[in-house]
Amino acid sequence: MNASSTVVPSDEFESELADRIEIPAVGAELPFDGLSLSDAPVTLDPSPAQLREAVTGVTGSRLGIASLGTVAVESRPEGDEFVALYPEQHVVVVRERDIRADLSDAFGWIRSEFEAGRQSFILATGPSSTGDMGELVQGVHGPEHVHIVIVTDNE
Amino acid sequence: MSDSSRLNADRIRTLLETESDEIKENTRLFNAERYDAVDGVGADAHDRNRTRAREIKEEAIERLPDLIRRTRDAVEANGGTVYVADTAADANRYIRETLAEKDADSVVKSKSMTTEEIELNDALEAADLDVWETDLGEFVIQVAEEAPSHIVGPSLHKSREEITELFEREFDPDESLDSAQKLTAFAREFLGERIDDADVGITGANFVMAESGSIALVTNEGNARKCASIPDTHVAVAGIEKIIPSIDELEPFAELISRSATGQDIPQYLSILTPPVETPTIDFDREDEPAFGNGDADRDFHLVLVDNGRRRMRQDDDLRETLYCIRCGACANSCANFQSVGGHAFGGETYTGGIATGWEAGIEGLDVAEEFNDLCTGCSRCVNACPVKIDIPWINTVVRDRINRGKDPGFDDLLVDGLVPDEEASGTPLRKRFFGNFETVAKLGSATAPLSNVVAATGVARKAMETTLGIDTRRDLPTFERTTLREWAIDRDTTVEDPVRRVALYPDVYTNYVRTERGKAAVRVLEALGCEVVVPDVGGSGRAPLSQGMVATATEKAENVASSLLAYLEADYDVVVVEPSDLAMFRREYEKLLPAEQQERLADGSYEILEFVYGLLENGANPDALTAGDGEGVAYHSHCQQRTLGLESYTEAVLKRLGYDVLTSDVECCGMAGSFGYKSEYYELSMDVGEHLAEQFEGAVDERTVVASGTSCTEQLDALLSPGTRHPIELLDPVNPAGR
Ligand code: SF4
Repeated sequence: MNASSTVVPSDEFESELADRIEIPAVGAELPFDGLSLSDAPVTLDPSPAQLREAVTGVTGSRLGIASLGTVAVESRPEGDEFVALYPEQHVVVVRERDIRADLSDAFGWIRSEFEAGRQSFILATGPSSTGDMGELVQGVHGPEHVHIVIVTDNE
Repeated sequence: MSDSSRLNADRIRTLLETESDEIKENTRLFNAERYDAVDGVGADAHDRNRTRAREIKEEAIERLPDLIRRTRDAVEANGGTVYVADTAADANRYIRETLAEKDADSVVKSKSMTTEEIELNDALEAADLDVWETDLGEFVIQVAEEAPSHIVGPSLHKSREEITELFEREFDPDESLDSAQKLTAFAREFLGERIDDADVGITGANFVMAESGSIALVTNEGNARKCASIPDTHVAVAGIEKIIPSIDELEPFAELISRSATGQDIPQYLSILTPPVETPTIDFDREDEPAFGNGDADRDFHLVLVDNGRRRMRQDDDLRETLYCIRCGACANSCANFQSVGGHAFGGETYTGGIATGWEAGIEGLDVAEEFNDLCTGCSRCVNACPVKIDIPWINTVVRDRINRGKDPGFDDLLVDGLVPDEEASGTPLRKRFFGNFETVAKLGSATAPLSNVVAATGVARKAMETTLGIDTRRDLPTFERTTLREWAIDRDTTVEDPVRRVALYPDVYTNYVRTERGKAAVRVLEALGCEVVVPDVGGSGRAPLSQGMVATATEKAENVASSLLAYLEADYDVVVVEPSDLAMFRREYEKLLPAEQQERLADGSYEILEFVYGLLENGANPDALTAGDGEGVAYHSHCQQRTLGLESYTEAVLKRLGYDVLTSDVECCGMAGSFGYKSEYYELSMDVGEHLAEQFEGAVDERTVVASGTSCTEQLDALLSPGTRHPIELLDPVNPAGR
């Protein structure tokens, strides 16, 4: 799947994130309580120009699939889809407790999301890729690198 | 040879020279990765998904009108629009009008076979719209002005060097695009600008979910996501058959689609969208304003559901299954002929590969399907590859039958009708009737052997056969035996007292008239293992007429076979079959030709010869009664239909148990499948496919005996390597073992 990942406790989250981000960077505010991008070196609600210039885009995902290295990019007013798609590097924040074992568990989550009326998201697995130019190349219309930051609860 | 088959022959030869290398490499890679991915998830889990996917599709197509209504209700409730287009022209008109209302002048598209089918790009360009394909493979094809050669990889036939040449010629870039990376970067840049500027994004939809009005898109590049989210207006175009009831039914397809297509466990991006989505609109004209330009545009969504012949297909008992297809391309990748020539020969106006016959017959008509239908040899390797268990060879057979019947009767029909005992309509091509009636030829050939063999081999006779029947002079003809297997068996007294089993050995046409040695070996092996053997008076299974699309004749043969063999089964005999393609008739195709009860009885009571020997040995028969291998090497090629039935392992197990060192080929097909290699226009293709098998065995033939389970495979291996290929049962023969 070609995505790298690191595991950090929540109190080290901000420093880990700062290490992972290459600037200029854009972000979509994280969809969970307690973790925020407000102190991270990213521009939230970027302009089109900032979006185009960004090297890194940071989004949060309320789903991780352990067996596949998959995360969800939600369609939200925060603009996760653009932030995850334009920059060459996509950094995804996932909480450890949101990680499911496999696709079948993930479908359990998807069904409950549907019931809650949240019905648009992309299951993204690794960087975009194509074999159409004669060999496998990454970073076609989407990111070339994906890094997942897994945040554990502090004991 | 007729003019049309001459054309075909030329076209195939050209494609073998120009596109074959790329197609071979790419399809075989996909195919190998598919096997690995299925192993990875486990064959049982994979098959459970296939069964479930099949059920969902069967039910969804059954309830289609209701699902279309529900889809409309849901999409409209979300604020979108649904249009059901009866024809391609209707769909194009609707899309053009929608775009006109939006004052659109530029469109970006992500890959969609349905829009290829309706030729949307032409329709939009005719209305002066700027249209860009953003999937890199589609983009290559668009720039080259070619048609896709594969459902999943439209530009699969092009090498990196060819794309470089094409792009440098068309775009005249500042620096040379001499690597895949540079090509990709260039295309990303070029298309990225067009996506940002586009007024409308058009995508397909791999699945449409009626209950919520959602669509699912399966992609590896990010382009479908961009086309769906960047322009304010999103038009999704899909065949009506793409509808499933709800998100609950998506799961098995999510498991199956990429694994079947490219061997990935999951696509890079599985987008589940319920438009209009909440992603804000973006306004590139306000470059520096925050919040993505603070655009005030509203998102607009249109779902265009295309019929274009599909409701008619739904009413057609034989074509209906085609609508279950999820366009994964596995049938193409697993097809040996497709691996050699690709979709520019094995495909129609839009669709390519095994299932293309069904699609083209349903959407375009029989004339389009006819152009490539004969390339399906009925080897059945695609059957297990298909994630929704479509009986693709059957669809090809039915369409062939319809094509045959649609032909006008010709000048020589009266003569042929009198000579051949078939059930076919006048007008069925002479050559098809010759191959379809091979049993009659064999009977006659055997009765007049050896003279018939001598005459048939003369240059004059071969030339005549080539002109009238298109039988290639380069291919050796079978040699008929004067004494048939059955005659030999009748004259024998059984040596087995107190038999453990009683066996009716099915004398298929080849074993009975041509390859009697393998039949005799089978009798002696079975007797050595304590079985009483009879060779009943039964005619051909119908395989030969069936592969010519002569369904009525095949049905008649099937009925005859059933009435004789069922009597033996009633009397507690086991039926044992030497030729795998005939056993495949009993177990698979007879489902379509006989009443269910008869077919099931026959299928349950019949065994392939080595499968049966395996069972005897497992149940305590003494292997010492057979000729042992003592470490001798064999190079074994199973038979395509035998592998589809999962029977290859029995032969391997028996040979190993008897001390043989077994090397098994893993290529999909030998390239002969039935009468294929005899036909002039396909001879070269047959040899090209066979090369792959020959390569696997080449290094081994000096030290190993080459064995093959099927007649066609034997003939092909004899032609490719050196004559002397045997049936595995001949190795075990206690009296006259082959290879000794
Ligand atoms: S027929 Fe089956 S294998 Fe072929 S493309 Fe359709 S779903 Fe895939």
